[in-house]
Amino acid sequence: MASMPQTIPNGDGLHSGAPGGPIETRWDRHRFEMKLVNPANKRKYTVIVVGTGLAGGAAAATLGELGYNVLNFCIQDSPRRAHSVAAQGGINAAKNYPNDGDSVWRLFYDTVKGGDFRARESNVYRLAQLSVNIIDQCVAQGVPFAREYGGLLATRSFGGTQVSRTFYARGQTGQQLLLGAYGSLMRQLETGRVKMFARREMLDLVVVDGHAKGIICRNLVTGELERHAADAVVLATGGYSTAYFLSTNAVNSNATAVWRCHKRGAYFANPCFMQIHPTCIPLQGSAQSKLTLMSESLRNDGRIWVPAKKGDPRPPDQIPEAERDYFLERRYPSFGNLVPRDVASRAAKHACDEGYGVGTGQAVYLDFADAIQRLGQNVIAERYGNLFDMYREITDEDPYKLPMRIYPAPHYTMGGLWVDYNLQSTIPGLHVLGEANFSDHGANRLGASALMQGLADGYFVIPYTLGNYLAGTRPGTVRSDAPEFGEAEQKVRGVIDHLLGCRGKKTPREFHWELGRLLWDECGMSRSPEGLTQTIDKIRALRAEFWENVHVAGSGQELNQHLEYAGRVADYFELGELIAIDAQQRNESCGCHLRVDHQTPEGEPIRDDENYAYVAAWEHTGDVSKPRLHREKLEFENVHLTVRTYK
Amino acid sequence: MSNARQPRSYTLRVWRQPSSTTEGKLVEYAVSDIDPDSSFLEMLDHLNENLVKKNEEPIAFDSDCREGICGTCGVCIDGRPHGPIPHVTTCALRMRDFADRSTIVVEPFRAKSFPVVKDLVVDRSAFDRIIEAGGYVSVNAGSAPEANMIPIGKDIAESAMDSAVCIGCGACVASCPNASASLFVGAKMRQMVLLPQGAVERKHRALAMVERMDREGFGDCSNHGECEAACPKAISIENIATLRREYMKAIFR
Repeated sequence: MASMPQTIPNGDGLHSGAPGGPIETRWDRHRFEMKLVNPANKRKYTVIVVGTGLAGGAAAATLGELGYNVLNFCIQDSPRRAHSVAAQGGINAAKNYPNDGDSVWRLFYDTVKGGDFRARESNVYRLAQLSVNIIDQCVAQGVPFAREYGGLLATRSFGGTQVSRTFYARGQTGQQLLLGAYGSLMRQLETGRVKMFARREMLDLVVVDGHAKGIICRNLVTGELERHAADAVVLATGGYSTAYFLSTNAVNSNATAVWRCHKRGAYFANPCFMQIHPTCIPLQGSAQSKLTLMSESLRNDGRIWVPAKKGDPRPPDQIPEAERDYFLERRYPSFGNLVPRDVASRAAKHACDEGYGVGTGQAVYLDFADAIQRLGQNVIAERYGNLFDMYREITDEDPYKLPMRIYPAPHYTMGGLWVDYNLQSTIPGLHVLGEANFSDHGANRLGASALMQGLADGYFVIPYTLGNYLAGTRPGTVRSDAPEFGEAEQKVRGVIDHLLGCRGKKTPREFHWELGRLLWDECGMSRSPEGLTQTIDKIRALRAEFWENVHVAGSGQELNQHLEYAGRVADYFELGELIAIDAQQRNESCGCHLRVDHQTPEGEPIRDDENYAYVAAWEHTGDVSKPRLHREKLEFENVHLTVRTYK
Repeated sequence: MSNARQPRSYTLRVWRQPSSTTEGKLVEYAVSDIDPDSSFLEMLDHLNENLVKKNEEPIAFDSDCREGICGTCGVCIDGRPHGPIPHVTTCALRMRDFADRSTIVVEPFRAKSFPVVKDLVVDRSAFDRIIEAGGYVSVNAGSAPEANMIPIGKDIAESAMDSAVCIGCGACVASCPNASASLFVGAKMRQMVLLPQGAVERKHRALAMVERMDREGFGDCSNHGECEAACPKAISIENIATLRREYMKAIFR
């Protein structure tokens, strides 16, 4: 197997290790070339899986089914609560059931284009191929997808596509898919092949002789630090939007696991690729700590508009049709309200910045009046009932009668730990799945593609590629009494002791809020070189203050949610700086990354393929302010690089 | 509604219990300057920030998605799991639904099978162990047939979904005088038996889940119906009828 592609940092360059040749057969050929672990030997290998969302839960279950000895960790009290549960709208798959022209090739093309040509072709093609298997798998698990009267599966449309390929279970698709994976995981617990460790937070990766061999985690109930050794580590801990303080992510979603792996040698790719989702419920009160998403699926039937007159004081139902600006339909007639998220968010921000915003000025309308008139309230309730209920609970307004008010908010991170075609990071043995890696969405993710990627990685990619890694290692070579475990545990303990001993004047939440404002203002929907330079300085100053002036209550030997939070905020400061540094080095606009110095007079982004068609993968050098940049050049052999337009 | 936007103040009586092995008690706190549009948990966040600033220990409570879907949050408010508004989770409650200057009693979900971990945090891992016993279809990744091979009537799929929406929060147990988990178990069973994929293992599932439910110390159902009223997803008590039917069939078949 000397011909196996290797992932070796090569000078300034990084290579994906993806096979060459026709893209349609790359994954098949690669699967044949990979090494296998004999069925009788699988139980001798122990694999740590961190996270129980769609990627982690699916991976842990599937690796258990194959016969590996799996240790699965989650931060929540139950694996069923991972944040994938909150995904609303749906999951894409190239089934072409509606006979509307879909294909694996089209899903591949839409995803590469949707990501503004900053994703890796080989990975995306594989994702599109596997999408069809995912739907089969989930149906077999008893996921109650929406169906047509004939009993076959229903689909709907999402942004950035002109076909209907999104499968859904009301507005709770993530929940239903997660419960499917959770069921499979629970079945493996019953067989004893998977052991579950709930209420554990991974605080460090243990690397022995250059290979990932274990983790240090904190038992969140007892406060005890635990060492867990394994033959490989699979990380599926989600994204890092919570660095922005206000985001749609769960309050316990955080960046600590990925960030600490980064500091152990895993490169961090495209950290500035942060998706700002166009349809969230606007900020209401000063006490608010998170924002609520309204699914993109609503843009199937909802129309986005603002009053044509600046500062129009009239309530929406008294503004006649002729005095409304349906700005997405006007600016992007062929995709209309279903433009991709980055485009919709920018357009909404533009309208508000120009003074056309409604409510507090930081909102636009999402109006269902036409759809209700056309289809009837029952049909709208059947499609989106739980979303409408949620909107009413939060705002005290009835969206069947008044248009929703929405505004963009941080939602998903396309960036993440760099992985090769096998989903292995730059640390051998550390594999990264789902939102925690960077691999498939380029500079902008299309709606309903996160669920697809998480499940593809967990059910259908890692079971093969992890076997290939393990087949080249001897099982059980490292035990948790190895000195590297002791060193990592000491380091973790040092951070905890410092946080508890600091006894400063400001709470972690106050620091987090300030950091979030800095990132949102200068590293959100538009970014300028000057603003980024200033932001980096401000983040450094605030970080220095944090370590001297943070106040953390309680002790380390108990359930202490305040301490957990403080540790996460400490990591957001370091990651926040890298986000800004990455945004600063990318002298172009692409996808979510709009640099004000690279746009057309109409505010459309200008990409620079000559110089920036690469993945920016950052190496930790020991000084968080001096990361080293490695570039993985992106090759486009199958998709022609064009100006991305939805007009 | 003239002063609907005025900041409000409340007296809270909150259950404080340092750990599972120590005694707990209700402790009184005054909170003020609460935006009526803020959520119940944001009100607790606000109180906690103030406690920390006074060098006191913040109140431990569980929450995660804060949009009613993850099932992590859940406290008893004035004796009612998830509080006074029907069919919402604790995180979805808004302070505009609590009268200004009122007293609010906040306690953990109480049930023998949900021991208190700390303050308002309880251990609901018994629910996971019930699912472990059989709350799934035994299908390995990779072995599934084509998704549209078996048509399922739209009404059947919708009905299965009505049961599948359970978020596993435990309010049904906390509201039940017997601390029964019948609604939770019945909902999973009903989802599974309605779908052809799940019907194959119905007998084993019914026996195994009921046996595990008993072993975990949950009580029997005696038709009070409190569970349906407390369920944030409005899961019907009909699901318990399914549970009984499935169990009886499994025993006598």
